[in-house]
Amino acid sequence: MASMEQTAPQMDLLRLWRDKNARAVIIQILTIAGLFFFTFWIVSNAVTNLETIGKGYSFDFLFEPAGYDINQYLIEYTNRSSHLTAAVVGLLNTLLVAVTGIILATVVGFILGVLRLSKNLLMGKIVYTYIEVVRNVPVLLWILLVHGMLISSLPSPKASVSDGWDFLGVSFLSNRGFYLPQPNPEPAFWATVIAFFLGIAGAVVFRRHARKVQDATGKILPVFWVSVAAILGLPILVFLVTGLPIVWSFPELKGFNFVGGFAIKPEFMALTLALSLYTSSFIAENVRGGILAVSHGQTEAAHALGISNSRTLQLVVIPQALRVIIPPLTSQYLNLTKNSSLAIAVGYMDIVATIGGISLNQTGREMECMTIVLLVYLCFSLLISAFMNWYNKRIKLIER
Amino acid sequence: MTDVTEQNYPPGKHPSLPPPRNMTGWHVWIWKNFFGSITNTVLTFLSIFLIWQIVPGALDFLVFDSVVNAGSRAECREIADGACWAVIVERFEQSIFAFYPEEERWRVILAFILLFPTVGILLFDGFPARAKLMKFTIAYPFIAGWLIVGGWGLEPVSTDKFGGVMLTLIIGVTGITLSLPIGILLALGRISKLPAMRIVCVAFIEFIRGVPLITLLFVASTMLNYFLPPGVQFDLLLRVLIMVTLFASAYMAEVIRGGLQAIPKGQYEAADAMGLKYWQSMRLIILPQALKISIPGIVNTFIGLYKDTTLVIIIGLLDVLGIMKTALADPKWNGLPEEVYIYTAIFFFVSCFAMSRYSLYLEKKLHTGHKR
Repeated sequence: MASMEQTAPQMDLLRLWRDKNARAVIIQILTIAGLFFFTFWIVSNAVTNLETIGKGYSFDFLFEPAGYDINQYLIEYTNRSSHLTAAVVGLLNTLLVAVTGIILATVVGFILGVLRLSKNLLMGKIVYTYIEVVRNVPVLLWILLVHGMLISSLPSPKASVSDGWDFLGVSFLSNRGFYLPQPNPEPAFWATVIAFFLGIAGAVVFRRHARKVQDATGKILPVFWVSVAAILGLPILVFLVTGLPIVWSFPELKGFNFVGGFAIKPEFMALTLALSLYTSSFIAENVRGGILAVSHGQTEAAHALGISNSRTLQLVVIPQALRVIIPPLTSQYLNLTKNSSLAIAVGYMDIVATIGGISLNQTGREMECMTIVLLVYLCFSLLISAFMNWYNKRIKLIER
Repeated sequence: MTDVTEQNYPPGKHPSLPPPRNMTGWHVWIWKNFFGSITNTVLTFLSIFLIWQIVPGALDFLVFDSVVNAGSRAECREIADGACWAVIVERFEQSIFAFYPEEERWRVILAFILLFPTVGILLFDGFPARAKLMKFTIAYPFIAGWLIVGGWGLEPVSTDKFGGVMLTLIIGVTGITLSLPIGILLALGRISKLPAMRIVCVAFIEFIRGVPLITLLFVASTMLNYFLPPGVQFDLLLRVLIMVTLFASAYMAEVIRGGLQAIPKGQYEAADAMGLKYWQSMRLIILPQALKISIPGIVNTFIGLYKDTTLVIIIGLLDVLGIMKTALADPKWNGLPEEVYIYTAIFFFVSCFAMSRYSLYLEKKLHTGHKR
């Protein structure tokens, strides 16, 4: 009898294990418990280690002066500003590279993708070679190569003026950066800005009207040209009427560098060029895949209905191709944003180089700095994918 | 004219006539491919212009005006204006072994040579006695690790002496071998019916995919030691290997999840109906099909991982790119970024291009009639 009593609980456990639902619950409880203990172990280790060397976990250092210079800032920054300001400057620099790079990569990628599909054999092969070469070489190497080439082939500011590295005599390309005239708006410039937004609103209203007209009568109004006129033409007209309310500050050579104007630094140029070069080759392949995914029958059907070539492209091919192109395009945008963290390799001060680099080294607050950097990138990723999911849904709704 | 109109054949028995003269031949081919329409013609001239602009200059720089034998950059410039490959010639051995002790380098070479049969057995069906030699493939990582790190009768070599092509291959091969199984487990966890499992896997995958690899490497190099019990020190290379593997496996998981979701529900149900247990059905029914669909994605992840190994230079490890960068700091060779980076680029291009070609071969081989 004693032995029976001993085996009974074991039998119960075994039976429990053989039951599918019970087993699922047991496995989950074990997983969560394991994870919990692992986290607890890690945190307790961290606490002990931090106590041993006398460091806490606090973000107070963010308000102390940073004490280092940043070579490109979009908001006011000096080396007496706080670490927090340095982080924000870095964040803005990251965003600047990401946005510029995304625009450039998309434009180049779409052009390359379409050219890759062109019936022209020579162009197809050239684009194919370009894409294969670009995407089979690490992006960090491209960044370093472009930066190295810019630095070693561009002239010094003095030589830039004397050797004719200028554009129309007002913009200068040199190894200190690309100096452009800077527009400084006068108060009357506000009228132009307002006109621009009015133009956008007008274009939207006209578009709705055009759709109504088309639904009612079948007549197609020239939406595109009217929109161009409203969005670009109206502000230009207002700009001219208010008497060109912009003062230009031109770059001038003084001593060893230019003064005035505004400069695109070589680090920024190298990073943006390399990132968009690299990403465009991936986008080109996505675009090509998307266009190929629209079966030829769709084009033929549209032609059979008597729809013109350009409207077939606009109404039949592109909407269907976009549905295939957009999901991978999202991840390319995300990749570009994340790859912009390689800025540190060429000394461009993005978020990783400021708070995750110099601030970290100066204050010794690895935990806090890395937490900030990781959270910032996580937010980027979640935001971009949320936006793209929304866009995807919208495109699907229009279709079906 | 007469022989065309005459009907000497019974209806339906007429032999096929050759296509019209103006539809075949080389001139038609040229017309079709290069000058068919206005756009086509414009593109042709644009291409010729591009080639004419780029190719002669590039060839002059890379080949005709290049210098192979010289002692320094200044000597190169005296001889010709082109690329100064002398820097590569001088640094070639270092670019492969970095600071690995010279008398022990045969071990690395042996490990590298053994990699070829290993990969060959693994990748190609036609390999002689493949099934028997598979044991060797499984043993290879341990043999190679022993050869390179040392111990047990071999002189131990500290990992901070590792570098160059060797380090790139170590990180790349380790990451590739480990990320696939971990990625499969994560993917299975993500589509699992158990909510706790699913949440853990989703959180892990999304966190890793949401942050750049470089920040994870920073975490590995600056703070990982805080999370270990006091006194325990991890080798930097080991920490990097762990991070790179985890990073790649999160991407791998997403690729494989795509494959798993493409498998029709009927396959899962059929496996259940056969009385197969979870792991049996996955191993025998679901995964073989899912992995087959995801091959292009898997190889792309491999290529991505291999290219990402260059990022380790930012935390101070000297892979092939890092070791060549040190040449730029040498006063003798100062100011030759193009040569050094082009050499490294060629190395990566050859490896990555080979991988993508292999993926095409595999796709064709496994193309067993599921596609139209």
